[in-house]
Amino acid sequence: MEDLPDAEVPHTDPVPPRFHTGRLPNSKAGDGKPRLLLMGQRRSGKSSISSVVFHKLPPSETLYLETTTRIKKESMHSFMDFQVWDFPGHLDYFDPAFDVDNIFEEIGALIWVIDAQDEYLEAIMRLNTTILNLQHSYPNINVEVFVHKVDGLSEDYKGDTFRDIIQRVQDELSDHGYENAPVSFYQTSIYDHSIFEAFSKVIQKLIPQLPTLEALLNSLCSTCHIEKAYLFDIMSKIYIATDTSPTDIGSYEICSDYIDVVIDVSEIYGWPRGEQNGEDESLTETGNNDAESLITMERKGNNYLYLREINKYLALICLMGDDSPAEKKAVIDYNVGVFQAALKQVFPRAERDAVDAPAA
Amino acid sequence: MNTTKRQKQRKVLLMGKSGAGKSSMRSIVFSNYVAKDVRRLGATIDVEHSNIKFMGNLMLNLWDCGGQDGFVENYLTHQRAHVFSSVAVLIFVFDIESREFAADVISYSSIIRALAEHSPSAAVFVLIHKMDLVQSRLRQQLFEERAEYIRAASESFAPTVEFFATSIWDQSLYKAWTQIIYFLIPNARSIEGLLRELAEVVEARELILYERTTCLMVTHVTRDVEADNPFSDRFERISSILKTHKQSMAKHTGIPAGSANFAEMQIKTGRFMFFITRLTENTNLAASIPPSEQVFNAARINITLARPRFAELDVASKPRPAVQQAFAHSAETPAEREAAVAGFEG
Ligand SMILES: Nc1nc2c(ncn2[C@@H]2O[C@H](COP(=O)(O)OP(=O)(O)OP(=O)(O)O)[C@@H](O)[C@H]2O)c(=O)[nH]1
Ligand SMILES: Nc1nc2c(ncn2[C@@H]2O[C@H](COP(=O)(O)OP(=O)(O)OP(=O)(O)O)[C@@H](O)[C@H]2O)c(=O)[nH]1
Ligand SMILES: [Mg+2]
Ligand SMILES: [Mg+2]
Repeated sequence: MEDLPDAEVPHTDPVPPRFHTGRLPNSKAGDGKPRLLLMGQRRSGKSSISSVVFHKLPPSETLYLETTTRIKKESMHSFMDFQVWDFPGHLDYFDPAFDVDNIFEEIGALIWVIDAQDEYLEAIMRLNTTILNLQHSYPNINVEVFVHKVDGLSEDYKGDTFRDIIQRVQDELSDHGYENAPVSFYQTSIYDHSIFEAFSKVIQKLIPQLPTLEALLNSLCSTCHIEKAYLFDIMSKIYIATDTSPTDIGSYEICSDYIDVVIDVSEIYGWPRGEQNGEDESLTETGNNDAESLITMERKGNNYLYLREINKYLALICLMGDDSPAEKKAVIDYNVGVFQAALKQVFPRAERDAVDAPAA
Repeated sequence: MNTTKRQKQRKVLLMGKSGAGKSSMRSIVFSNYVAKDVRRLGATIDVEHSNIKFMGNLMLNLWDCGGQDGFVENYLTHQRAHVFSSVAVLIFVFDIESREFAADVISYSSIIRALAEHSPSAAVFVLIHKMDLVQSRLRQQLFEERAEYIRAASESFAPTVEFFATSIWDQSLYKAWTQIIYFLIPNARSIEGLLRELAEVVEARELILYERTTCLMVTHVTRDVEADNPFSDRFERISSILKTHKQSMAKHTGIPAGSANFAEMQIKTGRFMFFITRLTENTNLAASIPPSEQVFNAARINITLARPRFAELDVASKPRPAVQQAFAHSAETPAEREAAVAGFEG
């Protein structure tokens, strides 16, 4: 078998944290970067997922991706730092030639990608072997199964396939005496929002502050008659928290599309204009440095969507209810200010970063 | 009565081989389809007509001509005069993936000859389509080779034919259609003049006028610093952004895409402020202004006040004869028109 191929190892602190427990990394926020491992069969879509979610590759361009031959490690700098490791499909992840501990320590989540349009029995077999292998040394790893490429399937077939996969994984694990394994399942596709939704849920499990964030969002929603509020990571469009009212993919979609609008327009008009632009300099001072956006609908006549940049990484997006009329804008502004201040204490790093030079 | 007289009917032929993507682009630009919906479209039988009301007196009379051989044969023979007379624009679509490019060009030539015969003053736009299927580094070269070859087969239209590389998967489609529409709008210059004056009054860095249903740009005015904006494709990018947003809203609210319009969208940042709002029945106005609440608020008010003047230039579906005549007159004499539009506050 082949050796673990070299990979571009992302820059890390010179002195690695020494106190791994093999437990959830989020039990000690701040030390080390949680890893998301993307594993699964060849051509199942691992590299596509990583490129679409973290590099904004248009989904149709993934057709040109070449097969992965060595582990591709990437660092994501955001509201929290994490790494994404994209594995080649054909490797035996437990080959003794690999430093298994090196791979699975610090792990945040193991994402196992299964191509739902292809034969999946072997994929399930390998997944189960992996889970059983990990069970001993790393029993707390979140295993996240992406039943992927569901865009090509009819509604019925999609549902059947999904249920079948879940059933097979659970049956096989309990045959081996492993009940209630920490395995979650998602239906995903890079051609719609589902892959971002799934990633959101995976990442949320790694955020220790989640309950605090949810409480803050709940209180914002009730004071301002907001129907649904999301806290988004701007670059990846993963939402890291939402209020605890029921979530549906529809509200996520519209908020995610809305971020695109604001980002795109901000890119177009946010280019650095020279000092010598002849415009009154005092004008530039009155502008709000945290971007803010509002949409009012024609039919309803009231506010509909509201976006507020919270810090370098995060944006708050609110879907308004029918009873949140335009004149409540002042109330919203005030409460969002309160929310922003509270968040600064939850995620102090965003402020730190704004002062420090950005990491390489 | 006098309103219909003012409206300019323009006949536009949309032609090209079957499967080239004609109906796909029509559905996306004019009927609120999204790119992934077009797989559902069947081949067009004979000709599908649509009439589209547009900003600035324009009534687009679009002929989506089914491209299967039998139909094309028929256009060139029995229906020759009917199809090819009084054409303002011919849009010919080539599929970049076609394995019979030479044959496609021969068919194009026969159509060009019929057009030269019946509508010699028509304009020809050639779209080299489905460019997304070509790897990006090869696109430009392939496009230029094809364009050169097609131009050589364009006979009397060779000096004037315009080429666009398009795909339904990005904003290139909007770029091409914006140019075509601009060419067709009879009073584009008057609209532009009025927009320029509005831009001065509201201190905008840029004003862009968009047609509401298609989100195609009608025209724009760029001032001062904004002239150095490095994103030269921003007009069609915003078209595409608006269109996508409209669909997203429609999906979420359950309002049909045709009427899922926002009354206003604002974006405020430390570097610019932007809003887009309804201007006339058929248009939205996008404004990029310096980052100042004062300028922002004043601009919104002034734009509201300018609405009636733009309404006069829009398709006159709600006639107000007196005003229209006054305007029609002033449009003929620029000095008077300028006098008429000076000071939007009043
Ligand atoms: N229909 C569909 N195709 C997808 C989806 N995601 C990925 N693909 C396609 O699947 C193929 C394989 O994708 P890759 O991302 O290279 O697969 P991989 O798992 O990284 O493969 P290896 O690197 O060989 O292990 C590509 O042609 C993608 O376009 C999806 O959600 N839907
Ligand atoms: N990849 C790609 N496919 C496209 C594009 N535009 C259209 N298509 C595909 O081309 C196919 C044929 O499109 P139509 O629009 O029905 O073709 P048509 O030119 O109207 O054909 P006739 O009505 O028979 O003349 C559809 O399945 C579309 O999905 C494009 O820009 N890129
Ligand atoms: Mg790969
Ligand atoms: Mg057709």
